[in-house]
Amino acid sequence: MNEEYENEMRLNFLSKSSNEAFARITVAAFASQLDPSIEELADIKTAVSEAVTNCIIHAYENKIGIVKIYAKLTQNEITIEITDSGKGIENIEIAKEPLYTTKPNLERSGMGFTIMESFMDTINIESIVGIGTKITMTKKIKKQHKKSPDEPTLATNKI
Amino acid sequence: MESKFYTKDKQLIIKITEEIDDHSVQKIRREADYEIERNMPKTVIFDFNSVTFMDSAGIGLIIGRYKLASMLGAKVQLANLSQNVKKIFEMSGILRLIPTTTLKETTA
Ligand SMILES: Nc1ncnc2c1ncn2[C@@H]1O[C@H](COP(=O)(O)OP(=O)(O)OP(=O)(O)O)[C@@H](O)[C@H]1O
Ligand SMILES: [Mg+2]
Repeated sequence: MNEEYENEMRLNFLSKSSNEAFARITVAAFASQLDPSIEELADIKTAVSEAVTNCIIHAYENKIGIVKIYAKLTQNEITIEITDSGKGIENIEIAKEPLYTTKPNLERSGMGFTIMESFMDTINIESIVGIGTKITMTKKIKKQHKKSPDEPTLATNKI
Repeated sequence: MESKFYTKDKQLIIKITEEIDDHSVQKIRREADYEIERNMPKTVIFDFNSVTFMDSAGIGLIIGRYKLASMLGAKVQLANLSQNVKKIFEMSGILRLIPTTTLKETTA
């Protein structure tokens, strides 16, 4: 039976680098309700880490602002929105190019968007200079074949 | 981060023991540079055996240490990469520049 599964969550936190691990672990814990594989969970954690880090180092630079995450589960897919009210992106097409970075002096490699694109199924970037940026990503979670019904599937052990 | 220097073959093994992101990378960078400059190794091997998470901050970290090591005449190698870490390095193209290797469990 294909039960419709729906759930949502929201998270707001200060743009401090110490929140990067908090954000990705929280989203992974939420995503674990879809019973993803360890690899799918690792992909989600990495993509969230990239988007949140971008808010902290690019959108707000050295100022403190608020990073917002909204995540939604439907059947076999997770949607994640990560929003900042920071400086915005002038040219999204150029920003997405592999190796393009405006902060090479901070040892950034310009691979964040490339990683988000390849680890998630879809990514959409909306940005207005001076207003902020919203990244929306989705990923389908494949149905797993559980070995036995009693097997613990709560993926909190995988995080 | 833990490190061990083998004087005989001038090999510095840097074992990264934390998750690698923008937050943790500053300390790893500082400690790694200190060990490289202090020991002047011929080879620097980064051991990823205990790395349970890495994002693009790891790419910048390795490129930066590669530049420093090259300037000082040292070679760099990456050891014990997990599937996920390897995927990220492959995407960046740095594995064409820096060879991978496997290391026995080190007590660095
Ligand atoms: N939320 C954001 N607000 C403003 N600018 C952004 C934001 N996210 C990305 N950018 C811009 O897009 C560029 C590319 O981002 P990307 O994540 O691909 O690379 P990076 O952050 O520079 O380096 P890396 O992610 O590899 O450490 C950034 O250098 C920055 O100029
Ligand atoms: Mg980035």
